Amino acid sequence: MAAPFELSDDSVVVVIGTGAGGGVLANELAQKGISVVALEAGGRYLPDDYVNDEWESFGQLAWLDARTTSGDWRVAKDFSGLPAWIVKAVGGTTTHWAGASIRFQDHEWKASTTYGNVQGANLLDWPIDGAEMAPWYELAEEKLGVTRTGGREGLPGCNNYLVFEKGAKALGYTEVHTGRMAINSADYDGRPACQQTGFCFQGCKWGAKWSAAYTDIPKGEATGNLEVRERAHVARVLHDDSGKVTGVEYFDADGNLQFQAARVVCVAGNSFESPRLLLNSASAMFPDGLANSSGQVGRNYMRHMTGSVYAVFDKPVKMWRGTTMAGIIQDESKHDPSRGFVGGYELETLSLGLPFMAAFLDPGGWGREFTTALDAYENMAGMWIVGEDMPQETNRVTLNADVTDQYGLPVPNVHFDDHPNDIAMRNHAYKQGMAVYDAVGATRTFPTPPYPSTHNLGTNRMSENPRDGVVNKWGQTHDIANLFVSDGSVFTTGGAENPTLTIVALAIRQADHIAGEMGRGTL
Amino acid sequence: MTDVKDRKGMTRRELLSRSVAAGGAFVIGAGFVAGKDAAWATEMNALKPQSMATLIQMARDIYPHDHLADEYYVIAVKGYDVPDMVDETEAGLRMLDDAARGKGYGSYLDIGWERDRVDILRQIEDSAFFQKVRGGLVTGLYNQKAVWPLFGYEGESFSQGGYIDRGFNDINWL
Ligand SMILES: Cc1cc2nc3c(=O)[nH]c(=O)nc-3n(C[C@H](O)[C@H](O)[C@H](O)COP(=O)(O)OP(=O)(O)OC[C@H]3O[C@@H](n4cnc5c(N)ncnc54)[C@H](O)[C@@H]3O)c2cc1C
Ligand code: SF4
Repeated sequence: MAAPFELSDDSVVVVIGTGAGGGVLANELAQKGISVVALEAGGRYLPDDYVNDEWESFGQLAWLDARTTSGDWRVAKDFSGLPAWIVKAVGGTTTHWAGASIRFQDHEWKASTTYGNVQGANLLDWPIDGAEMAPWYELAEEKLGVTRTGGREGLPGCNNYLVFEKGAKALGYTEVHTGRMAINSADYDGRPACQQTGFCFQGCKWGAKWSAAYTDIPKGEATGNLEVRERAHVARVLHDDSGKVTGVEYFDADGNLQFQAARVVCVAGNSFESPRLLLNSASAMFPDGLANSSGQVGRNYMRHMTGSVYAVFDKPVKMWRGTTMAGIIQDESKHDPSRGFVGGYELETLSLGLPFMAAFLDPGGWGREFTTALDAYENMAGMWIVGEDMPQETNRVTLNADVTDQYGLPVPNVHFDDHPNDIAMRNHAYKQGMAVYDAVGATRTFPTPPYPSTHNLGTNRMSENPRDGVVNKWGQTHDIANLFVSDGSVFTTGGAENPTLTIVALAIRQADHIAGEMGRGTL
Repeated sequence: MTDVKDRKGMTRRELLSRSVAAGGAFVIGAGFVAGKDAAWATEMNALKPQSMATLIQMARDIYPHDHLADEYYVIAVKGYDVPDMVDETEAGLRMLDDAARGKGYGSYLDIGWERDRVDILRQIEDSAFFQKVRGGLVTGLYNQKAVWPLFGYEGESFSQGGYIDRGFNDINWL
């Protein structure tokens, strides 16, 4: 159903990356009759292709191109070549994601105003707020079929959730439920209800979980207005003498360099590749990279304050049975500085299979302290911590001139140091998470360090003033009118919530804006 | 994938007559290492049999699971028995044996208590060799489908229709 557009067709909108941001944007534009060429570095995998096997699936879907790391975060030590756990495939990381879909709280759009001056943090208010985003959130929830919104039922609780809920209630938590999930609790949008297979991270073989790969992408293609070119790795965005972008250079599936002309270019390669692409596109006119007059491209990298708590009980839990992320405690997501930090966090159940548990429970750990934990794998329950981390200018993605990828392009180096606020919040969350399990009789608990980043945000942040960030309230770069950023890298601050619902809402809103501007002839 | 041969063709007596005991658990012959109970044996391609026995013990000491038979550890380290890894591996194991001798033992395999072997491993923990062996075991051992049931893990579930009707919420002790 592809609509092949000519390489020289400069009327098309080029979207780079087809994940939560790019995949949704491409479809939304196509639905409005706009011609779109989406360039995706990865291949196309659909539910039949997904495998219920953690490492095999990782090999199939994960982004494994070279990257380097620095900074004091533990990931730089434990997983020095793998700063992020994200996907290279049509649909992007929405094939891997767990589906937790929650809105920002109103105050989180205004972190600078709400939290005041936090030393070392480069806080800024978003140029938009909860009231402005409410209708877009509603459209996003409708698109994703989010449970517990729009009259949709919640999912049933699996074993891992039931343990978590019992502990949470014993501790006096009240906002405890099976989550607002982009996983069908009943047939929805031509996709079945969740069968509780428990391999949500490996791509949902039932299609019960929303992923752009088998929803927005084929819907966009069905209009005849969207052409998705897979295994097309964009190397550079080009511009003319007036400073407007003219198209992109990419390596096609055979490794040949191609040029696709464009009227508008939207960058949505996730928070490492998007700034990397802008930096790699430096020219005589823009020696520091495209859209970088503020010097903020690549800076303020956020990854959410994360960690996990696993616990062992004297009886079986079998946490792997059922949805991977099966419930949430929201009581700690408020802003309450009396806890010793600003911002808040969510606790969400998480289960890993034995192979991933061995890799992630205590990276580098060995000996009986480690193996006795795995011996009790069947009796384990687990949760993940996700909270707001502080943007810092020095946490950033830069080009590493010493290391190049398979195309000879400098790879991104990802530098991250924890902010004292992140550490205080993590310690609080560990304590609360362990208390939840202690309240149900845990015999042993494990405050597990962060995995390679799954939430990558902030490296092309949105700002009112062009001096403070890279894009305006529409995701349009301050410097170049026909260059947009359409993924999680536009986040001004991260909030406590899993980011994808917000990425999707922003993409729907951006499509509306781009279509309007094109219609008015101003773009 | 497994090189571990079931030595049904060789009786225990035959096996032992061709071999010497190494450490507590292994017997070593010309070109092979076997478990003392002769439940498994592996033919050596490149490494010295003594080295393979040491490596297996080392693997077990790094990730000790008393309910896992040796053969899973053998499979996990068998990848080192190839020509282009021999020099590095033999050198690493010499370092391990030297550390054991530094503590007054004849070799790593001569050390009776796990606790004392672990002390030796702690000494070399930061070496590239130790980290390579440990890192390799994370997938080499725990990603063997055959060990999953021994930890209770059920693996793939799609072909059985998931757990919606098979106990996703069957916890009964809360
Ligand atoms: C295991 C896991 C669980 C998660 N669970 C949740 C959850 O429960 N809730 C939630 O909200 N979020 C979750 N997330 C995060 C969520 O997946 C991401 O926030 C989201 O997918 C990011 O969207 P994006 O558009 O920024 O990037 P992505 O979805 O990563 O898409 C980027 C795409 O761009 C492509 N690309 C990159 N560079 C180039 C280039 N140069 N040329 C061409 N193509 C390129 C990539 O291949 C990729 O397909 C999870 C993530 C992981 C890994
Ligand atoms: S548990 Fe549900 S959402 Fe997750 S993979 Fe299985 S069917 Fe899909």
